[in-house]
Amino acid sequence: MILWFTIAQIVVAVAAGLLCMVLGLAGRRPSDLSVAGLALLELLLVMQIVIAIIAPFAGNPPTGSLLEFWVYLVSAALIPPAAVAWALLERSRWSTVIMGVAALAVAVMVWRMQAIWTIQVA
Amino acid sequence: MSSSPRPRMTGVGRVLVIVYAIMALAATGRSFVQIAQRFDEAPLAYTLSAASAVVYILATLALVFAGSRGWYITAWVAICFELLGVLVIGTLSLLLPELFAHPTVWSWFGMGYLFVPLVLPFFGIWWLATHRPGESAEAKDAAAAAVAS
Repeated sequence: MILWFTIAQIVVAVAAGLLCMVLGLAGRRPSDLSVAGLALLELLLVMQIVIAIIAPFAGNPPTGSLLEFWVYLVSAALIPPAAVAWALLERSRWSTVIMGVAALAVAVMVWRMQAIWTIQVA
Repeated sequence: MSSSPRPRMTGVGRVLVIVYAIMALAATGRSFVQIAQRFDEAPLAYTLSAASAVVYILATLALVFAGSRGWYITAWVAICFELLGVLVIGTLSLLLPELFAHPTVWSWFGMGYLFVPLVLPFFGIWWLATHRPGESAEAKDAAAAAVAS
């Protein structure tokens, strides 16, 4: 993993998450803006998948469990599309909140991925 | 809203289901990795990890289908087990750290998951207590009858 790219993902995830939470709790239905936040996050996650495939061959191998890393990465990449699909099916304010929760969950998972790749506590 | 015969989860209940689904995903993924890679190191903690994953999956499904009586009771059992789990394992992980040195979802009261596992069952119980099956449907029928008469 690349640290600055991890930070970029977390910043986007937290920003999109908070935006969706605020819009949703204010009673807004899923809009182009809130869906675009999740779409941007998903784009970054797909780029992260490509990076994770290439990085070990480019002299940036993971120090932790590669299996655990991929379980996190694949799960994280599945969450935003699922949340957006839900928002398209049910256009209520709570769908916007759900997109927010999803984005914040991705932020935590990306942080865990960075920790698995670089820091070994145990 | 559509007039489907079975009342579907709406509103804030859906957010609850999503949070449960994410927890189920997280617990399943983690226990899968733990059991696949190093089950021998801490069989008890990793078995508990898997058990918590099953409980979260069951709770997610039960909340989705909580409109029917059987699933409503299942939801109660799963969520109470979950509350018990996070309290007992949380306490044991502080008292007997050598047994639970390898983290599970419930270790240290779910600290690794921002204490979500500790807070979630209370939300679940609140939601179940305020959304009994049949009650909302009956209330709607009563309201419809009042309007019709």
